[in-house]
Amino acid sequence: MTASKPGLGFEESLIFEYPDSKNRGVELPETEIDLPESPLLDPSWVRGKIGLPNLSEPEVVRHFTRLSQWNFSLDGGFYPLGSCTMKYNPKFHETAAAIEGFASAHPYAPPGCNQGIKQLLYELEQDLAEISGMDAVSLQPAAGSHGEMLGLMLIRAYHQDRGDVKRTKILIPDSAHGTNPSSAAICNFEPVTLVSGGNGLIDLGALDKAMDDTVAGIMITNPNTCGLFETQIVEVCDLVHQRGGLVYLDGANMNALVGITRPGDMGADVLHFNTHKTFSTPHGGGGPGAGPVGVKSILVPYLPTPILRDQGGKIILDHSPEKSIGKVRSFYGNVGVLIRAWAYIKTLGASGLKEMTCSAVTNANYLLALLQDEFDVPFPEQRPMHEVLLTDKKQQDAHITTMDLAKGLIENGFHPPTIYFPLVVSGAMLIEPTETESKQTLDHFADTLIKLSKLEASTLQQFPSAVPVGRVDEVLAARKPILSAASIPKG
Amino acid sequence: MRYFPNDQDTNQAMLNKIGVDQVSDLFTSIPKSIQLDRPLDISAPRSEFSLLKELKEKASSYPVGHSSFLGGGVYRRFIPAAVGALASRAEFLTAYTPYQPEISQGSLQAMFEFQSLLTLLTGMDVANASMYEAASGVAEAVMMASRIRPKAKKVLVSAGLHPEYLEVLKTYLAPGDLQLVQVPVTPSGQTDLEALANLLDSDSLCSILQVINFFGVIEDQAKHQQALEGSKTLNISVMSDLSALGLLKPPGDFGADIFVGEAQSLGLPLSYGGPNLGVFACKNAYLRKMPGRLVGLSEDTHGKRAFCLTLSTREQHIRREKATSNICSNQAHCALWVTIYLSLLGEQGIRELAELNLGLADYAATQISEKTRIKRRFTGSVYNEFVLDLPCNATLWIDKLMQEGILAGVDLSRFDQSDEGGLLVCFTETNSKEEIDLLVSKLGELA
Amino acid sequence: MEVRAELNYTEEHEWILIEGNQATLGITDFAQDKLGDVVFVELPEEGTLIEANEVVGNIESVKAVSEIFFPLSGEIVSVNKDLEEEPELINTSPYEEGWITKIQIEPADISEASLMNAEEYQAFCAAG
Repeated sequence: MTASKPGLGFEESLIFEYPDSKNRGVELPETEIDLPESPLLDPSWVRGKIGLPNLSEPEVVRHFTRLSQWNFSLDGGFYPLGSCTMKYNPKFHETAAAIEGFASAHPYAPPGCNQGIKQLLYELEQDLAEISGMDAVSLQPAAGSHGEMLGLMLIRAYHQDRGDVKRTKILIPDSAHGTNPSSAAICNFEPVTLVSGGNGLIDLGALDKAMDDTVAGIMITNPNTCGLFETQIVEVCDLVHQRGGLVYLDGANMNALVGITRPGDMGADVLHFNTHKTFSTPHGGGGPGAGPVGVKSILVPYLPTPILRDQGGKIILDHSPEKSIGKVRSFYGNVGVLIRAWAYIKTLGASGLKEMTCSAVTNANYLLALLQDEFDVPFPEQRPMHEVLLTDKKQQDAHITTMDLAKGLIENGFHPPTIYFPLVVSGAMLIEPTETESKQTLDHFADTLIKLSKLEASTLQQFPSAVPVGRVDEVLAARKPILSAASIPKG
Repeated sequence: MRYFPNDQDTNQAMLNKIGVDQVSDLFTSIPKSIQLDRPLDISAPRSEFSLLKELKEKASSYPVGHSSFLGGGVYRRFIPAAVGALASRAEFLTAYTPYQPEISQGSLQAMFEFQSLLTLLTGMDVANASMYEAASGVAEAVMMASRIRPKAKKVLVSAGLHPEYLEVLKTYLAPGDLQLVQVPVTPSGQTDLEALANLLDSDSLCSILQVINFFGVIEDQAKHQQALEGSKTLNISVMSDLSALGLLKPPGDFGADIFVGEAQSLGLPLSYGGPNLGVFACKNAYLRKMPGRLVGLSEDTHGKRAFCLTLSTREQHIRREKATSNICSNQAHCALWVTIYLSLLGEQGIRELAELNLGLADYAATQISEKTRIKRRFTGSVYNEFVLDLPCNATLWIDKLMQEGILAGVDLSRFDQSDEGGLLVCFTETNSKEEIDLLVSKLGELA
Repeated sequence: MEVRAELNYTEEHEWILIEGNQATLGITDFAQDKLGDVVFVELPEEGTLIEANEVVGNIESVKAVSEIFFPLSGEIVSVNKDLEEEPELINTSPYEEGWITKIQIEPADISEASLMNAEEYQAFCAAG
């Protein structure tokens, strides 16, 4: 089977390149009010021509329909992206989020109007707390990295409240996602790299040396970005706690844990979830997601306002928490996204969530079984969880790189796995199938990858060719950035 | 469970290939002490049917049939059906971030068009592919300003800035050493630019001005630009209702160095305040200090025009702790939604939209002044919302009107408990003359 | 990888040409190869006073950013403005047209800095 669309050319004008016209694509609501001839504004404030295109509705529809057809998407094919958890996005969720009483809900409507949505959000907080073993949850952050920032601010607030101002550092394993050190830097922490052990896990000896009273905490991903469960996680958390630090857990890889173990039970003090990973909310080409944060009781006083509280069966917004760090975004959260996460958790229920995790881990280990003879497994001593880390080491003699294999996968209708991440190994391929892929798909994927690895390097470098555009010149794009239609050179 | 394609037998076959007897054998690397020995305390699985019923019940608390005059940072916009129909296409909705350009040209071109549309609307040189929403966008703008001028530490912020944007800014600035200084508004409702001028010195990093401020009053952008002339203080201009840019001269014309906007106002559903869409734009000179993703034009190996993410070395996945921001997932799908909306609206449409909003608010203001004794709090020109001083407790009155089918406006005591009579009323293209007349008559009964 | 005999080298893969009290700074062939196609160079401002081992600029490729260090203190005398339009000169001619900046130094400081000669640098690269 092929999953791509060979033969379709790609040539779609920009909306700015349509012939100039007086078309319109919208007819605005009628009004009975007599609108004045000239605008009721100081004339010196009124602008001239903006330069927006004028398209009719059919032209707009055709334009965006055609654009959509040049995208690879999850509904169309397999995306084994490690650490992204590209699982099926249930269609029911779209219906849920579009219900008029949610879609039209204004956040400043009078008390009573938004009781239903507040109830939903409160229930989501409860469920996320239970899933993670935490005491409270904030739904405010708009994305995982936003949640990281919030979590680190909470850690900072905790230490400051205790009068402990010496703790300026955050320990971060070298395998961590780039958002970890950048979030730390935004909170004015100094990120200190913790070199991983030879087995791909946190090195307790290195931690022992690094963990002192100038360290506010550690950011851990578990399972880590090599797909491995940190077997000494309890010892790591204990050591950090003993020396006065707190533990932040990056929950990007929760798909390996739900129903089996909980970050709170491991010793984490704060974590974030990615609803667009573990909880199936759609990626939308890069967002919106949501990054709810869970905390243990020691961090509850600092949570951002307002807090949802149950006041005798009625859910209210409490704006008064004294020690709250404030707000990290306007209003309450990416509610449209959170509705989808609520629906997912309620649909699956406790048993479904555990089944999800078991199937995700089974699928990943199955892929490993299929690929381990042909590809280098950098950390073979421990079974991976929900994602498999391989490298291109065995293909080096044939001058085949991870990049070549990735482009070859595209040629064959698959989205490539995560490549060149984590940075702890060279030529990384991080493969995460998720539980919503069939054995048939996994067999086909493994088969294809193995076949590709046996091709001539020169053949692979032609790929992808059965795609709308060939390899795009990213060097040119960075040397001479053209970032809007207006700055396209004429002629 | 219907989302998992591998049934029990298939799973068993896979476990066999893996070389284990049961699935619990796959979790042996997890210490027993932290393995759950009980099911999660979460409800049992539910059918789509029963969940939909429950969701509809929950949604029913919002009075969708009421006439509404709520504004204050997010706006009721007429959203044409074509927008949702196109944006909900699976190829857009379920696509990943376009890191592999060869198979993401749809998303990439749409984002390039988004960037282009926003630069035209705002008059700025370059716009990124989105931030989360305006409030955190303002915070990121200040952080960017600080990268441009690392030695200046004073942030001047107008009292007309949306109170939630101010709160978020305070939270983001707390870990650092920048100080916030507020610039008051005058009785007209505009920022006191003389006071601003007096605060300028070598330590002033930036001046944050919300062009149509939280009170609905339009600021004098030209005078703001003049006040900053000769100073190195950066001009950060902010806007909530971007539909005004259909008529109003844009901040790019008045020397804005950085622009932050809330593009929920360009056709996104209200959705209880999120997901929204932060617009972030700046001058070319600062391009490499800008946060967020950028889509650029390039070519493929055959010389054909193609788009790709570019200048990624600013971003977290490469620059890590030296990144311009930690942002990874943004609001890409919301940006697509707005791109489609603006494509439908076009040059004429957005101008008409702005005229409609302006005209309806003006009608309401005139009626209120002629037929009631309710006074406006500020004298400055407005776009589509303004503040009324009620002679009674606004909260109680709003509640009374809700019982009568009207969502009368934003209760300003939300932001300042002592402001008991403040009501922010907003008129958009979704309000009919009849609705406005009814509101006016209710106001008339008050005094 | 080309290594030039008349130059000194740092562990961060910069080369330095010392002529009296002026040092010219660039990155080595090894460095440009590792970095890939250079897309942008952030140059220091002329007249800036720098301290030893400070970051004086950045070189960006599509996939990475590399900081440029200078091991001595001094004053930035001039920068290679050609790199603004043609950053790729660092790839095509790292030792000549791809020079980055000229710095006025105190010759007495040179012995303090741990600079390598061509042979030592070659061995350093080989050790990897």
